[in-house]
Amino acid sequence: MTPAETPDHRTRSSDEARSPMTDSTNSLDQSIAQKQHTRLAALLSSQTFWVFIAVILACLYLSFATDSFATSKNLYNITRNVTFVAIIALGMTIVIISGGIDLSVGSVLCLCSMVLAVTMHAGYSIEIGIAAAIGTALVVGAFNGILIAYLGFPPFVVTLGMLSVARSLAMVASNNTVVFEFGPDHDKLLALGGGAWLFGIANPVLYMLVLAALTGFVLRWTRFGRHVFAIGGNEQAAILTGVPVRPIKVAVYMISALSAGIAGIVQTGWLGAVTTNIGAGMELQVIAAAVIGGADLAGGVGTALGALVGAALIEVIRNSLGLLGINAFWQGTFIGGAIILAVLFDRIRNIRRRD
Amino acid sequence: MATPLVDMRNISISFGGVRAVDDVSVDLYPGEVVGLLGHNGAGKSTLIKILSGAYEADHGEIFIDGEKAAIRNSRDARDYRIETIYQNLALADNLDACANLFLGREIVNAAGLLDEPAMEAAAREVIGRLNPNFRKYHAPVAALSGGQRQSVAIARAVHFNARILIMDEPTAALGVQETRMVAELIQQLKREGIGIFLISHDLHDVFDLSDRLSVMKNGKLVGTVRTQDVTKDDVLGMIILGKMPGQAAA
Repeated sequence: MTPAETPDHRTRSSDEARSPMTDSTNSLDQSIAQKQHTRLAALLSSQTFWVFIAVILACLYLSFATDSFATSKNLYNITRNVTFVAIIALGMTIVIISGGIDLSVGSVLCLCSMVLAVTMHAGYSIEIGIAAAIGTALVVGAFNGILIAYLGFPPFVVTLGMLSVARSLAMVASNNTVVFEFGPDHDKLLALGGGAWLFGIANPVLYMLVLAALTGFVLRWTRFGRHVFAIGGNEQAAILTGVPVRPIKVAVYMISALSAGIAGIVQTGWLGAVTTNIGAGMELQVIAAAVIGGADLAGGVGTALGALVGAALIEVIRNSLGLLGINAFWQGTFIGGAIILAVLFDRIRNIRRRD
Repeated sequence: MATPLVDMRNISISFGGVRAVDDVSVDLYPGEVVGLLGHNGAGKSTLIKILSGAYEADHGEIFIDGEKAAIRNSRDARDYRIETIYQNLALADNLDACANLFLGREIVNAAGLLDEPAMEAAAREVIGRLNPNFRKYHAPVAALSGGQRQSVAIARAVHFNARILIMDEPTAALGVQETRMVAELIQQLKREGIGIFLISHDLHDVFDLSDRLSVMKNGKLVGTVRTQDVTKDDVLGMIILGKMPGQAAA
């Protein structure tokens, strides 16, 4: 939000300094006023904004209704739990904006964690372990992307296949054992994921914030970001206007797998152990976070901030059910309800706009 | 007479055993609108796709400004400053007018980031010139009317220095008001010396806009007439019967 607003304010103030006498300046003023107005309207009609309000209200309510919510320990837990879903949701949001979907992220997280764990367990340094995990993620993403972009496979099918393949490879790599000894750099890895290097904020949260800022920046200010939106909005138009649609699609799936790989590395350091069932079913949570945060599965719409807010809402719901003493079996119902509710508001707005 | 902007001579192309375009010649002068008419399947779209680089002709030659041109793909066409405005306009509905204008050709600053002020200034200049009433520079183009969307699509072609514009059914989906707006746009383009091919299967869409009309039927050119010399009925006869006015119907 903020980087987008700065240049406009500059335009506006320099405009007021001049005397707006001529017609052209007048129309510019009008259009700037209209732009400010559109900004406010856009904020009020943005799904992310209302979901954010819902998160705040839920937090306020829980602070008063329970003694255990607003404790630093619980907040620390919540923020840290949000991060893994949120980091992958950033990559997923880019995929969804481009009009695609990536079902393989949970398994890719598992595979990358396992590659990291097995490499370090074998006595290699943390640098080599991380490089191997990132490399694995990029190869998997490139494979998905090339099949989708160059061979015309539906994203759903390719990534569904990869969901199965990646977890199976993780089992092969570890012989389906739990890895909890990470060789000479064991402590470094645990510090990377479990530490709090800045103002007592959990490291995963720092990574999440940096990655979110990066994602938001790329989507808003680069040609790549603009092209991702264009492909999701009208792929045919993107092709006709000379957007390099295929390479961009490959890059999009590589970014998605990379986000899963990064989450896997951080999560490994945080948990201190890797099993072959970590990240199982995570793809659905991630997609839910992106969609609750305003990404449109039809393509062309979504924000980095939305991915974080969506992930936060899911985690707050989960956390609050526990604190309020509601049976954990209800969790799915509430999260599912939140998904449907968030999209319902969007539908209502769309229908009204069409009228 | 002046040199034609485009001169397509004796163009033929076959797909399988079917002669989609059979020995057709058409030309276009600067500041002129030529309507290309015919039923669906008459070959007019195929002919024009040869000009826009989508297909390569089996026979025949294309001259641009009197010089023989080799147009093998859409990039070549763009180099000859031929721009096509597709019926669906090729706009990304979720992006605003400026973003669509520069889609695939965004201006970036020294840091490699999108130069929004430069793009917006250029968009205001070119769209404002074509359509002085245009205001919605920041709304997604999904929120624009049909005529405003046309303005954006045409502005894109004009901004990138089109001299030859191909417009496919430009008014087919528009209401009366919007059609008038597109007619004004076309007049504006003519004043700037741009040559325009208007493709349509509906005579009424193009009769008033065109200086000349070329009619095709079954892949062959029925004939080219000056719009002021003929009536709509004459042209309908050409489209339906495949005969020039004055010839007896077969």
